[in-house]
Amino acid sequence: MKKIKKLSLAILVSIFALVLAACGSGAEDTNNNSSSSNGNEGNQGEEKTEELSGSIVISGSSAMQPLVAAAAEQFMAENPKVDIQVNAGGSGTGLSQVAEGSVDIGNSDVFAEEKEGIPADKLVDFKVAVVGMTAAVNPNVGIKDISKADLIKVFTGEIKNWKELGGADQEIVLVNRPDSSGTRATFVKYGLDGAETAEGITEDSSNTVKKIISETEGAIGYLAFSYFTDDAVTPLSIDGVEATDENVQTGKFPIWAYQHSYTNGEPEGLVKTFLDYLFSDDVQKTILPDQGYLPVTDMKVERDATGALSDIK
Amino acid sequence: MRNTTELSSHRLLKSNKNRKDSELKGNIIVKSSAIIIITLTIALTVFLSIKGLQSFIKNGINPWDFITGTNWNPTSETPSFGSFNFIFGSFAVTMLSALIAAPLGIGGAIFMTQIAPKWGNKLLRPVIELLVGIPSVVYGFIGLSVLVPFIRNHVGGLGFSLLSGTIVLAIMILPTVTSISTDALNALPKNLREGAYALGATRWQTIKKVLIPAALPSLLTAIVLGMARAFGEALAVQMVIGNVSDFPNSITDTAATLTTIITLNIGHTTYGSIENNTLWSLGLILLVMSFIFILIIRFLSSRRKI
Repeated sequence: MKKIKKLSLAILVSIFALVLAACGSGAEDTNNNSSSSNGNEGNQGEEKTEELSGSIVISGSSAMQPLVAAAAEQFMAENPKVDIQVNAGGSGTGLSQVAEGSVDIGNSDVFAEEKEGIPADKLVDFKVAVVGMTAAVNPNVGIKDISKADLIKVFTGEIKNWKELGGADQEIVLVNRPDSSGTRATFVKYGLDGAETAEGITEDSSNTVKKIISETEGAIGYLAFSYFTDDAVTPLSIDGVEATDENVQTGKFPIWAYQHSYTNGEPEGLVKTFLDYLFSDDVQKTILPDQGYLPVTDMKVERDATGALSDIK
Repeated sequence: MRNTTELSSHRLLKSNKNRKDSELKGNIIVKSSAIIIITLTIALTVFLSIKGLQSFIKNGINPWDFITGTNWNPTSETPSFGSFNFIFGSFAVTMLSALIAAPLGIGGAIFMTQIAPKWGNKLLRPVIELLVGIPSVVYGFIGLSVLVPFIRNHVGGLGFSLLSGTIVLAIMILPTVTSISTDALNALPKNLREGAYALGATRWQTIKKVLIPAALPSLLTAIVLGMARAFGEALAVQMVIGNVSDFPNSITDTAATLTTIITLNIGHTTYGSIENNTLWSLGLILLVMSFIFILIIRFLSSRRKI
C-alpha cells in the first residue's frame, strides 16, 4: 500500500514536471494572444476618443534601452493613459521575442538578417537612430590617428606594442565585447573589414570597457561616440578621418550602425503612433542628441543589411 | 451569564470542527508545498536538459569535442565550440577560492566556538552575517575598483586575472564556510572536549586531535557548499576575471568561467540559434556539476560520526 502511494506520488510529480517544462512553448502562444489584443485595444481607444490608451511592451538591446525609455516617458507624459514598458535583455532577446510575438517592439543594434534563426522577412524594420563608434585608447598610448590596415593588425594581434606605430613603449591590451554583441559585430564589420580579432579582456557594458581602457596601460577598445565626454580615453581617427557626427552623416567615417526597432508585421494603432513619435522632431532633435545618438533624419547616406552604402536621394 | 456560556459552548463545538478542518488544511498545505518544490526541481532539470542537449542533437556538435575542445569561436566562418577552457576556469577559481576560504572559515569557526565563544558570537558572527548580505555585484565592483588595480600594480599582469576572481570568490564564500563550520563545532557533544581535558590534553591538542576529526565530515560539507556557491557565481567573477577564452598561463593571467560566458552572451543571441543552444549546454554542464557537489555533500553527511 505504501509503495503504491509512493509510486503514485512520483508519477504525479513527474507529470507536473513535464507539463511545466512543456509550458515554455505554450506560454508563447498565450503571450501572442494577449499582445495582439493589446494592440486592438489601443486601436479602438484611438478611434472612439481622441485620448490614446493601452499598453506597449518593448524589449531588446540594452544600449538602446535608455533612449527608448526616455522617449516612452515623454510619450506617457503627453498621453497619461498609455503604459509603455521598456525592458533591456539584449538584441538577440528582443528579436526573438518580437518574432514570437511576446513583445510589441523588439530593439536591436544589428539587422535582423544578421542574426540566425530570426524570420527577418516577417519583421518590419524601423531605423530609429544612428550610433557612431570608434577605437578608443588609453591616453598614455600617445596615438591619435591610425590607419585601417594598422587597426586590423592591432586587433588581430599582429602588432603587439604601441612603439611599432610610433606610440609609447607599451604592450597592446585588447578590450573586446562578447562574441555575440552587436557593438563588436559592427566594429569588426566596418572597422576591421571582418577580420577575426585576437583574444582580449571581454566586457559587455560600455561603462566598464571605458573604465578598463582608462585604467590599463596600453589598452585599446571600441566605444560609441557618446562615451567620449572627457579625457579618460582617447578616440582614434581612422585614416585621418576624425570620428565626428558630421563625418558619419556624410558617410566618410565608416564605423556606425543603426539602432533598429522591429515590429512583427506592419504596426497598428498605439504601436504605430509610438513609432511615429520616435521619428518626430521631439525625439530626433532633442532626446537623441542628448543621449549621444545621431538623428536618422540627418543622415545623407544609408546602408542595407549587407553593408552596402548608398546616398539618400 | 447566559450569553457567555452559550458563546463558550459554541466555541467548543466550533473548535472541534476547526481542528478537523485545520488538520486537513495543514495536510494539504504541507503536501502541496512539497509537491511544488519537487516539481519545480524536476521541471527545471528536464527543461535545462532539453535545451542543453539541443546543440548536440539539432546542431550536431560532438559532445566530447564540446567538453574537451579548447577553441571557442562561435561567430567565425567556421565556428568552433570547445568549452574546456571555461570548465577549467570554473574549477580553478572554485578550488583556489576554497583553498583560501577553508582555513580562514574553519579557523574563525574554531575561534568563535572554542577560544572566545562570548565575544566571538557577539562580534564575529554579526560580521560574518553582514558579509552574506552584500550583493554579488557590490563584491564585483569593489573587486574591479580596488583589487584589479592593486594586483596590476603590485603583483603583475593586467589585474584582470584568475587571482582576482579567486580572491573575490573566497571572500564571498567565507560566510558560508564559517557559519556551517560554526554550527558543526557547536553541535559536538560537550563530553568530547571535557574528556580530552580530563586526559590532560591542552586546548590546542583537544581542538586538533579530538574536535576537528570529530567534526570533519561536517567541515568538509561546509567547504563543498562554499565551492558549490563559488562554482555558480557569475556577476562578481565576470567583472574581475577578464573573460578571455584562451587557456590561462599563470594565476595572474586572464581567464573565463562557464557562468561568465553565459551571462556575457545570452542576451545577444537569438532563441534557437546555435550560439544560444551552446550557452544552454554550458548551463547544463553547470547543473551536472552542482548535482555532483550535492552527491559529495550527501556522501560526506552520511559518514558523519556524531
